[in-house]
Amino acid sequence: MKPMVEITNVNKYYGDNHVVKDVSFSIFDGEFLTMLGPSGCGKTTTLRMIAGFEEPTNGSILVGGENVSDKEPFERDVNTVFQSYALFPHKTIYDNIAFGLKMKKVKKEEIKERVTEMLSLVQLEGFEKRMPSQLSGGQKQRVAIARALINRPKVLLLDEPLGALDLKLRKQMQIELKRLQKKLGITFVYVTHDQEEALTMSDRIAVMNGGILEQLGTPDEIYEKPKSKFVADFIGESNVFEARVEEVQKGALSLRTETGTVTAKNDACVQNEIVYISVRPEKLQFSEKEVEGFHLTGVVKEHIYVGSFIRSIVVLQNGFEVKLNRLAGSDLPPVASVTNLYWEKEHAVVMHSRQHQIFSLIDNVDLGEHYETETAL
Amino acid sequence: MKQAKEKIIKALGKIHAGLILLFLYLPIMVVVVFSFNTSKRNIVFQGFTLEWYGKIFENQRLLESFKNTIIVALTSTVITTVIGTIGAIGLYKYKFKGKGVVDALMYIPVVIPEIILGIALLSIFAIMKMPLGILTLIIAHVTFSIPFVVFTVRARLNGFDPSIEEAAMDLGAGRIRTFFEVTLPCIMPGVLAGAMLALTLSMDDVIISFFTTGPTSTTLPMQIYSMVRSGVSPDVNALSTLILVGTIAVVVITQGGLFSLIKTKITKKKI
Ligand SMILES: Nc1ncnc2c1ncn2[C@@H]1O[C@H](COP(=O)(O)OP(=O)(O)O)[C@@H](O)[C@H]1O
Ligand SMILES: [Mg+2]
Repeated sequence: MKPMVEITNVNKYYGDNHVVKDVSFSIFDGEFLTMLGPSGCGKTTTLRMIAGFEEPTNGSILVGGENVSDKEPFERDVNTVFQSYALFPHKTIYDNIAFGLKMKKVKKEEIKERVTEMLSLVQLEGFEKRMPSQLSGGQKQRVAIARALINRPKVLLLDEPLGALDLKLRKQMQIELKRLQKKLGITFVYVTHDQEEALTMSDRIAVMNGGILEQLGTPDEIYEKPKSKFVADFIGESNVFEARVEEVQKGALSLRTETGTVTAKNDACVQNEIVYISVRPEKLQFSEKEVEGFHLTGVVKEHIYVGSFIRSIVVLQNGFEVKLNRLAGSDLPPVASVTNLYWEKEHAVVMHSRQHQIFSLIDNVDLGEHYETETAL
Repeated sequence: MKQAKEKIIKALGKIHAGLILLFLYLPIMVVVVFSFNTSKRNIVFQGFTLEWYGKIFENQRLLESFKNTIIVALTSTVITTVIGTIGAIGLYKYKFKGKGVVDALMYIPVVIPEIILGIALLSIFAIMKMPLGILTLIIAHVTFSIPFVVFTVRARLNGFDPSIEEAAMDLGAGRIRTFFEVTLPCIMPGVLAGAMLALTLSMDDVIISFFTTGPTSTTLPMQIYSMVRSGVSPDVNALSTLILVGTIAVVVITQGGLFSLIKTKITKKKI
């Protein structure tokens, strides 16, 4: 697949505020790529740089192999669906959708044909003569999508397009948007802060945090193999432990957390390295007796029935609350009892810690000394 | 007992409203009635005549001043509206040093006593050695009405979503095209309101015009003012009546127009 959008070492400063930090990634032709991250992480800014509303402080953006740095928004082959819809309030639905073609001086008959085609694509036949103020939020959003798609852009940029809709309508529109994208084969760059939305709709997800691209991958990769603590935390639910690598055996690691020893698998770790371990709540297990490789005990705080599964909370010695999801009907240790926790070592994801953080409580003098020598290097 | 009380309150309310209307409209009624009076004096109604109306159209100075008023009002309104609208957009869109000062300065022509503004304008025209006439009058009227256009347009812009402009550019419209296709129609109600204000202010200004006009460019309000110095004559009554009729006609047309617009909007919604 050839890349449709290539973003290379893009930085954006607003004054001293560094909001997009050396971001590089490619978006393939016909792909549904989602930029996901918490509010204020620079998603909109990145999107606006692709659209041409903002200029990168440095770095380059290519659309269809062509550098667009010097191009005005109206000269780029990309169109945008704004979160606020941004329909022209004084124009009818017909004129709103026809606007792009009118600017390109397309013939009247062709405009009519294509607007009709678009209206049926977004299921708004018969709405030609209405004004935007006479539409519901969902209908406005469809008009905004039709208005952008009628230009047959190479790339469609969508900035939280469903953010203002209620949950039920949002779910429905998610399905429709995905269907539309598949049908038309247009590259979609979709921005959202809703991880569930990102996981269900996207071919690939770019997870952003604080202006940094944390990870780019398929929903599966992002969920199963988060590369950073942030991604593990942000996508789905996870228990993240900080640990030091005590022993590296063939593929299996013995790790020391603040509250006990655990085991995981990873080939890229070295001894004494500080890492994060992420374990999904459904992968954690209770055990009456200690399991080999694990020494992790806590007090059961509560069991909550959540539909088909039970959410259990176990408090470790340092106050850390571990979340477990168990199927309803499974054997559970009683509340207030002490229990052992473990996981299959394949089910834990080990991530290199970016900065070499140290435990807040150090029960092992050797560890502290060793760490100091390491940071001194 | 209670019903009787309510009746009394209602009656009092009606009397109150009637008195207010009387207070507002009695003077106007007097002007209209005496404009048809055969007597030259506004004391007793002696008989019906249209003589004074005919006299207006024979009064060359009056007609001349009316023409001046129209020229000054229309020209200054157009200039004011263009400058004021551009100014409002600039103040809305761009952040610059001293913007707060500029904002505050906009209020000064509004709050400053008219007589001071008149003297100030007269001084500057004198310094620049500009002969007083229609041109100075227009400049003066533009000066005092610009803030009103800026305020009305800005009020409109404050509710304007800037992404609407971005959407137009995104869809292939250049900057100028975007302005005329999207920005201007969106702020049009504010622009029109500002223009109406400027027109009204210009048409009935006396004080500033008094300082900035020349001997051949008297405006209608100034002409009327000079005519009533020796007492209100029936021809002034007739002229006032005509202006009154004109104003009412404008109000009815615009209100009626607005009314029918609202009506069509409502019916459209029902479809
Ligand atoms: N025009 C601007 N001027 C100054 N700062 C801005 C501007 N636009 C966005 N920012 C800042 O840049 C950061 C990223 O914003 P944004 O890209 O909108 O985040 P997101 O869309 O991920 O919520 C925020 O801290 C925001 O305050
Ligand atoms: Mg945003």
